[in-house]
Amino acid sequence: MAVTGLKVSRRAVLSRAGALVVSFALAPSLAAAAARSSGEAADRSLPGSLRSTPLLDSWLRIDAGGITVFTGKAELGQGIKTALIQVAAEELAVQPQAITLVTADTARTPDEGYTAGSLSMEDSGTAIMNAAAQAREIMIALASERLHQPRRDLTAGQGAVIAPGGRRIAYADLVSDRTLHVRAEPRSPLGNPAHRRVMGRSWPRVDIPAKVFGERAFVQDLRLAGMVHARVVRPPSYGARLRSVESAPILRLPGVLHVVRNGSYLAVVARREYQAVVAMEALSRAARWEESANLPQQSRLFADFLEWPSREVPVATRGRPPDLRRLHAATMLEAEYRRGYLMHGSIGPSCAVAHFDQGALTVWTQTQGVFPLRRALAELIGLPESRVRCIQVEGAGCYGHNGADDAAADAALIAEQVPGRPVRVQWMRADEHKWEPYGSAMLARVRGALDEAGRIVWWEYRVWSNTHSTRPGGAGELMPAWYLERPLSPPAPRPLPLPAGGGDRNALPLYRIPSLKVDYRFVPRMPLRVSALRSLGAHLNVFAIESFMDELARAARLDPVEFRLRHLDDPRAVAVIRAAAERFGWREYRRLAGGGKGFAFARYKNLAAYLAIAVEVSVDHGGPMPRVLRVVAAVDSGEAVNPDGIRNQIEGGIIQALSWTLLESVRFDRTRITSRDWASYPILRFSAAPHSVEVVVLNRPGQPFLGTGEAAQGPAAAALANAVADATGLRLRDLPLSGDRIKGAMRS
Amino acid sequence: MIALILNGRSVEVDDEPRTPLLYVLRDTLELNGAKFGCGLGQCGACTVLVDGAPVFSCVVPVGDLAGRRITTVEGLGTRQRPGALQQAFIEEQAAQCGYCTAGMILRAQALLERNASPTDEQIRSALEPNLCRCGTHIRIVRAVRRAARERQRAAADGVSRLGGAG
Ligand code: FES
Ligand code: FES
Repeated sequence: MAVTGLKVSRRAVLSRAGALVVSFALAPSLAAAAARSSGEAADRSLPGSLRSTPLLDSWLRIDAGGITVFTGKAELGQGIKTALIQVAAEELAVQPQAITLVTADTARTPDEGYTAGSLSMEDSGTAIMNAAAQAREIMIALASERLHQPRRDLTAGQGAVIAPGGRRIAYADLVSDRTLHVRAEPRSPLGNPAHRRVMGRSWPRVDIPAKVFGERAFVQDLRLAGMVHARVVRPPSYGARLRSVESAPILRLPGVLHVVRNGSYLAVVARREYQAVVAMEALSRAARWEESANLPQQSRLFADFLEWPSREVPVATRGRPPDLRRLHAATMLEAEYRRGYLMHGSIGPSCAVAHFDQGALTVWTQTQGVFPLRRALAELIGLPESRVRCIQVEGAGCYGHNGADDAAADAALIAEQVPGRPVRVQWMRADEHKWEPYGSAMLARVRGALDEAGRIVWWEYRVWSNTHSTRPGGAGELMPAWYLERPLSPPAPRPLPLPAGGGDRNALPLYRIPSLKVDYRFVPRMPLRVSALRSLGAHLNVFAIESFMDELARAARLDPVEFRLRHLDDPRAVAVIRAAAERFGWREYRRLAGGGKGFAFARYKNLAAYLAIAVEVSVDHGGPMPRVLRVVAAVDSGEAVNPDGIRNQIEGGIIQALSWTLLESVRFDRTRITSRDWASYPILRFSAAPHSVEVVVLNRPGQPFLGTGEAAQGPAAAALANAVADATGLRLRDLPLSGDRIKGAMRS
Repeated sequence: MIALILNGRSVEVDDEPRTPLLYVLRDTLELNGAKFGCGLGQCGACTVLVDGAPVFSCVVPVGDLAGRRITTVEGLGTRQRPGALQQAFIEEQAAQCGYCTAGMILRAQALLERNASPTDEQIRSALEPNLCRCGTHIRIVRAVRRAARERQRAAADGVSRLGGAG
């Protein structure tokens, strides 16, 4: 499997007129468009993304060239390509190598919105699995007519339908242009989960070889004929306005082709990449900005959060509050948990390539959503959507809405100024650090009461946070548009709806609690730019809930694992908890000086994967931070298509969450973001990585796919804090749990 | 013109001497292996070997490198003849997004050249300058350990499985 996006781009370059690309690319998208425009509303009876894109040939084409599968989802380093190929191969009864997968491209693939929310397997995996099964049955039916054999005697295998006695007809000989141009049925003849050949196996990731051999793999690696390089001179702070800039000397620098100025938007285009960097630095020195000190004082941020106007979003109410005066005082606890702004911190700053040619715009982008981005770019540039094509090409891991869409907007704005020439825009490190939308700061308050038997009888929870998505949307959500001479502004932020939620994602505990009240205080005012960061509000909510569960367990004098199990009914929740505890050796664990163990559990979004985790730490009182020694997690993602892919994502999620939780918080002064590089925003390095991370996958063949990629963030944070509490007796409720805070807490 | 020895072959480049090596590799020589991550010597995504030692190519001016031996990940092997580390990274599936991977492989290559059987602690401390935001650390350490074993086995068999330079 080559990187499909790159193959396409190559073709785009070769055909300078662009006509070839359009014609060869249109077939499946026309099918999808036809289905959409024929007034058929989303058909809720269909599985996964077949709901919005019901024609089989939008997902699957079979011809002499082989089998091509189309997904509207994007590879983000999560291994989605490999898993989707496995699903298609399983139901089509072929080897994975027989399948070519095309990922998110507005000219070729179904519109599946954003690759986000750990929904790719649920949406696209489910659609492809069902489409493939239905295609297989169609081919068996066609073969049955041709061979005059009853269907039940025919089997599919190795790319053909096979009759008893060995007669076979290849799929490509059965399928003509229109064969798969049919609507999906609500029910599919899915393969028997007990006889999987390809699903459930740890097939090696198809995208890894290109990355270890230095082949073209990333949008950063695109080199189109005649391509030029651009850099943007970003304002020094959010509210800054460009007063003046002398651009004539910049235009005399070697290789410089253009200086783009539009209001406070400033960029430079040069022939060679480093020439663009040098020119950007010179242009930056030449620019005079007007700034204002309109950020809050960081040390007062949480007090401000509580004071600023907020909107109450009820999450859940159950039972009636008990008469608290009659409960024993020792059984009533309350606590407050907080996290600052967190950065996605992609290792590769955002990049995009745009080509504006004959009134049409093509953008190669690492976006998570080619279709929404196309709408936003069309609005930004003032083109009809039909004249804009967005092709997703991998970037470095993004973990949510980072600078990717903004870089695409930069490329589009600049390409419009140099028509006919592909323009590559690469953000610098400080651009990414200062301008990506962060994960919102959050604060949660919880109160809980226990009865004499150690059961939770009352739970009251309230969480404050900004929105967790400012994705485009429209052009107003593209940050470069805010600085144009005729600036666009983003629409008013909104909370994301439940049940998945945003700031209230996972605010409702899964535990059996007879009376509770959970609500979300949505804070519209956003001093720092924020949007979706892996797991949204679930990181802080699960950190708070699972820390508090340990505090309650301690008050009830019960083992934290036992305490959780006593409050759970869902057998799948119980199973992951038992699996993690057993594999970790929870009961047998003997504490050494400075050592401690911590546990946590959550079901992501209360809808997706179940995950339980145990962490062992050692806290050296003189040392800078707790050392994570050993981590064991157990995960139930429903049917596991690629168990090692699941392990890889969970391991990564755990380590990333440990970094957030131990070290991270975006810093700012009254005017500027001051976290501008890896020195001023440090993240976990090898010396702080756990000695071991083990992930047990509980496979559930035949069960629906449950999103996995974000499941570890909250539980890992809480298990770490719980282990630190176990080791030191100190309950740390403010993130990050850096060494300074531990030392501070020990002093007080 | 500046003459370099790149992956065992002589090349000449016309970049200005102060141009960081990274831009010469990516833009002039059209290699993909070395990645831009920070341009500040903080992340290691751009790591390559100069005379066998790992350097941040984003901060080394190409003018300082005349006649020096430069190794990028492309020089360690190919799909047909993978280097021991490349093979081990595939076998351990030691990548998520894979953007940090080439830099990790080169830093590990330098380590294995001076220490054929490093401990986990030695691997971690050698890789300390390189960041991985995806959290692939454990697999990366495992892959380096596997490559060390394979190289030793190959050395014992008298067969070099290390393609290219370095
Ligand atoms: S890009 Fe060179 S160290 Fe980060
Ligand atoms: S694998 Fe993504 S940064 Fe390391």
